[in-house]
Amino acid sequence: MIFLQPRTSVPLYVTLLVPVISVLATLIAGGLIFAVLGYAPLPALYEFFIAPLSRPDQFGNLLVKACPLIIIGTGLVFCYRANIWNIGAEGQLIAGAVGAGGLALSFPDTTSVFLLPGMAVCAILSGALWAAIPALCKVWFRTNEILVSLMLTYVAALLIDWIVRGPWRDPMSFGFPLTPYYPDAGLISALHLPFIGRLGQLHWGVPVALLIAVAGYFFLSRMLGGFQVKLMGDAPRAGTFAGFSPNRVTIGVLLASGGLAGLAGMIEVSANIGQLQPNISFGYGFTAIIVAFLARLNPLAVIVAGLVVALAELGGDTAQISMAIPKVVTGIFKGILLFFLLAGETLTRFQPVWVDQTGKFSKKGQKTI
Amino acid sequence: MIDELLLTVLLTSVPLILAATGELVAEKSGVLNLGVEGMMLMGAVAAFGAALVSGSPYLGIISGGLAGIATAAVFALFTLGLATNQVATGLALTIFGTGLSGLIGAPLVGQAIEGLPEFHIAVLAQIPVLGAAFKLDIMAYGCILMVSLTAWFLASTRAGLILRSVGVNHDSAHALGYPVLVIRSLAVLFGGFMAGLGGAYLPLVLTPHWAEGMTAGRGWIALALVVFASWRPWRLVAGAILFGGVTIMQLAGQAKGWTIPPQFLSMLPYLATIFVLVFISSRGRNYFGAPAHLGRVFHPTR
Amino acid sequence: MLTMSLMKDIKLGGSIRLMPKPSSPAKEHLLVARHVTKSFGTFVANDDVNFTLGAGELHALLGENGAGKSTFVKMIYGLLQPDSGGFEWQGRPVHISNPQQARAMGIGMVFQHFSLFDSLTVAENIELALPETMNREQLRTLIRTRSDDYGIPLDPDSMVADLSVGQQQRVEIVRCLLQDPSLLIMDEPTSVLTPQETDQLFDVLRRLASSGCAVLFISHKLDEIKKLTSRATILRGGRNVAEVETAEKTTHQMAELMVGETVDAVKSGTGPVNGEVLFSVTALSREAHGPFDVPLEAISFAARSGEILGIAGIAGNGQDELMSALSGEWRGQQKGVIWVGQTDVSQLGPQHRRHHKICFIPEERNGHAAVPQMRLSENALLTGFQDDGMVKAGMVKQQAILSRAELISVTFDVRRPLADPHAAALSGGNLQKFVVGREIIKQPRVLIVAQPTWGVDVGAATFIRQTMIELAAAGSAVVVISQDLEEIFAISNRIAVLSAGRLSEPQPAAQMTSQAVGLLMGGVHLSDDIDSLRAEGG
Repeated sequence: MIFLQPRTSVPLYVTLLVPVISVLATLIAGGLIFAVLGYAPLPALYEFFIAPLSRPDQFGNLLVKACPLIIIGTGLVFCYRANIWNIGAEGQLIAGAVGAGGLALSFPDTTSVFLLPGMAVCAILSGALWAAIPALCKVWFRTNEILVSLMLTYVAALLIDWIVRGPWRDPMSFGFPLTPYYPDAGLISALHLPFIGRLGQLHWGVPVALLIAVAGYFFLSRMLGGFQVKLMGDAPRAGTFAGFSPNRVTIGVLLASGGLAGLAGMIEVSANIGQLQPNISFGYGFTAIIVAFLARLNPLAVIVAGLVVALAELGGDTAQISMAIPKVVTGIFKGILLFFLLAGETLTRFQPVWVDQTGKFSKKGQKTI
Repeated sequence: MIDELLLTVLLTSVPLILAATGELVAEKSGVLNLGVEGMMLMGAVAAFGAALVSGSPYLGIISGGLAGIATAAVFALFTLGLATNQVATGLALTIFGTGLSGLIGAPLVGQAIEGLPEFHIAVLAQIPVLGAAFKLDIMAYGCILMVSLTAWFLASTRAGLILRSVGVNHDSAHALGYPVLVIRSLAVLFGGFMAGLGGAYLPLVLTPHWAEGMTAGRGWIALALVVFASWRPWRLVAGAILFGGVTIMQLAGQAKGWTIPPQFLSMLPYLATIFVLVFISSRGRNYFGAPAHLGRVFHPTR
Repeated sequence: MLTMSLMKDIKLGGSIRLMPKPSSPAKEHLLVARHVTKSFGTFVANDDVNFTLGAGELHALLGENGAGKSTFVKMIYGLLQPDSGGFEWQGRPVHISNPQQARAMGIGMVFQHFSLFDSLTVAENIELALPETMNREQLRTLIRTRSDDYGIPLDPDSMVADLSVGQQQRVEIVRCLLQDPSLLIMDEPTSVLTPQETDQLFDVLRRLASSGCAVLFISHKLDEIKKLTSRATILRGGRNVAEVETAEKTTHQMAELMVGETVDAVKSGTGPVNGEVLFSVTALSREAHGPFDVPLEAISFAARSGEILGIAGIAGNGQDELMSALSGEWRGQQKGVIWVGQTDVSQLGPQHRRHHKICFIPEERNGHAAVPQMRLSENALLTGFQDDGMVKAGMVKQQAILSRAELISVTFDVRRPLADPHAAALSGGNLQKFVVGREIIKQPRVLIVAQPTWGVDVGAATFIRQTMIELAAAGSAVVVISQDLEEIFAISNRIAVLSAGRLSEPQPAAQMTSQAVGLLMGGVHLSDDIDSLRAEGG
């Protein structure tokens, strides 16, 4: 039989190779699927992964696509590092967008420069509040956070649907489920970036996202709080022994990732849409999970991983236009990539060893002999 | 009017029951497969394609079930063979299934098939109101049969007991000499089969077309349903009819001008699931049939 | 073949067979072990063990931790195979290659920590362990009648999670009995039982023996062994040191055989000290939370400046529970239980206790005292984050933790492959030196340490003991919780023994004999008994 034996240490090159090999294997597997289904594989791969970068403004769009992924992915890295499985970032994103939208729509005529920071604060609070539900359920009742955070995603999606069709609907929208436009002071897209100006859809959210990833890296690797997060994931008993509270870490990482997802929601709407509508996210909350894994739970690597996954998203658009391949096909790449990453994760943490059937039952570290 | 409504409720609940029954068996063996939505979509596109090409909706049923098994096999390969994280792998499966079904189905968009015929059960179908339950199609009757078989299998057979024991404590089951991974693989494949059938029901009965992402979140509701039913097959049926009823209430409510927004009714399944989860975890998970080792990776000890 | 006949037996089952089995004539040796040797790496767990067991005999296997009891019975049950030597079963040589085979031969085993399915019923738990032979209704009836016959009534329909630990053990026993074993191995069965449950268990075992089923009873509790069994095999250091008729030996004599005389030879010259009390515990009690927790009952002791207080005891007698209560990882509701000097720290967590210059070293290095996946510098931070200069405004000062790790490593001779490797890259001995050094370098007034030298090489062990002696000599109080008697005698000024969650009155080490400690470890709690012994041994 084959057993998986834990490795004591993982060499650095393995850590770096796994994502690279996963990406390459995904391209090959994706190409095979295209071939089987009768699409020319090489042109299809070209449309997905090279064509989107053929114009400079597209590079800006790539960053824009990556922006929410990087922000949410950083938050999820905190959770997963602490062994807390928040998979409801999509719902937290929506909650954040609604919170920020509430503020923007309350001051339709303002020109205050404080509106955007205020919206950011509202978004972070709303996202964190949404994530507080699974956090408190877990701390108080030991309820599994996976299912609660997932269910809340659907609740949030229905909530925003109701809001834009009901109470906040723009009376001038001709029956469309849309809120009024935010005032200009609430639009990130109205702020121009220095030097670059407008490169595609590039906006201020992008530098903010990069900053967040760097700060997240700094927090995890240099701060006592980050140490507690890693400790909780690696050795919870040692964390208790040191004197850290596991409950506080649980709540902390969930609120942080909820808040960041909320912020991503606010940026997405304020920079790209300008008003609330039933669909404000294209599954960024779920895609960010792939980003976090692709980055091997390192916030700095989240930037690269976010760009890679964003490229596939962008490629979906170009392939749809040029080859009439449905946009959902991006999902094939994302799904396969995640499969390979997870398998790579197992193979880095464990070493497959062959043991014959009569294998010895010796167990290391046994005290009573 | 009322029996029309009842019929609609029953029809909308069939795919939920099918997919949830499969997931229930997988979860009872200790595997949490969040890829139900993806497996349903693969089942739906395969069923539609087969029915379209062959002209036979019955071939569509078979092909939907097989597609579900094939998709679930990918999940089993990774989570059981390679011991990957079940949550992330399940999400990957849904994302992958959505994409692949979209690609396969792209040329099928806009075509229509002949759906499954209704089978009226002689006299029973004449009963007012309740007669609706006897004007269904072969898959709906089959669905109830599958639930009965599953309930019987889990509760009354030795194989069912072994399957449950693996979900309760895989280490103890392994110590007794039961092949944990084999049992779990079979449970996952059955889950895929049922999800595939659930997906197949959509184009074969509900709407005779293929549309990208046509399951519209039913896979997630099926997942919620399993928890809501606290892992008991017959409660699954009750829950599905309740959830289906909620959907219909929205339509009826809109017609009558109720003030409760339909979105709030739609939230109920999800909220109810959260409440059930909290209730179960606060009262000790040994009761309510929750498999204690749900979602835990099994590493054979030596 | 054997399986077939067993299956027939079960089919016929329903009434209890009180006569010895025809297949195993009385007084013939049921099981014989000849020259059984088993080693793990360089460690010899069983060294040339010879052993005989008659049909229907109640036989005890006695020994300290690490004496080789578990290894020996695991070989009988087919979980391990001997390196050399072998077994004879009912007069025929056998190779027992797995538990299934052992069960088919008629060997049943009840483990200390049972392997039941919590949320399944009693009947379902039993059905899972039996070959498929009968329908459920028959099985339920059989469980009822069999368990009634043995005086341990079981409701087949109750859920295991609802049963007490004693009842759960009955499920395990009935599970074995339904396969009509000729030999039942019980691994430390009473460690989880109340005295009443223990009595009931003994009734069952006696009845079993009288019906022809031999019982091999593993224990370190001398009273129980005398009470239940007729013969005892005593293992020490992997060797079979004696086989005695329990009726002919006193508990004192058995204790001596179990612990050995050698320990007295290494007794240090350290006498009692009369420094001020730096650490004291008054009436610390703790209820059991999980099924395998040991409750603590009114534990009291004080540690003085300049002394090492050794707490001896066999594993699983409350060491883990005591350690987590002392460190503050577990906190009870009462106040005034744990004192550092004049300060009541009962309600404080570990990090706040450390402010009072008390340090802790838990037993488990990997994942408790240290984190294998983290670097040494981060492991230094684990208990050092409150120290000056380590963390400023939430920022970990890399230079400070690196130099702290370096200082610990140099001072305590921690051999490393790199300057700051992951803890997993260190050998057990070196990691333990690091973990001990990490606390001692903080010059604590009080140091509480569990199993300081478990699983480390001799050189590291000597070094670690030396540092603790030096710490005490410098005026600190050191409390050592250890299962290693040699270690306890080598370094302690006073010795107390933890047994079944109760702590004996600490005695000056010079006045303790190995016999007295052995008795206390074996659960004899009479203080006058100790006095008489002291006279006897002194």
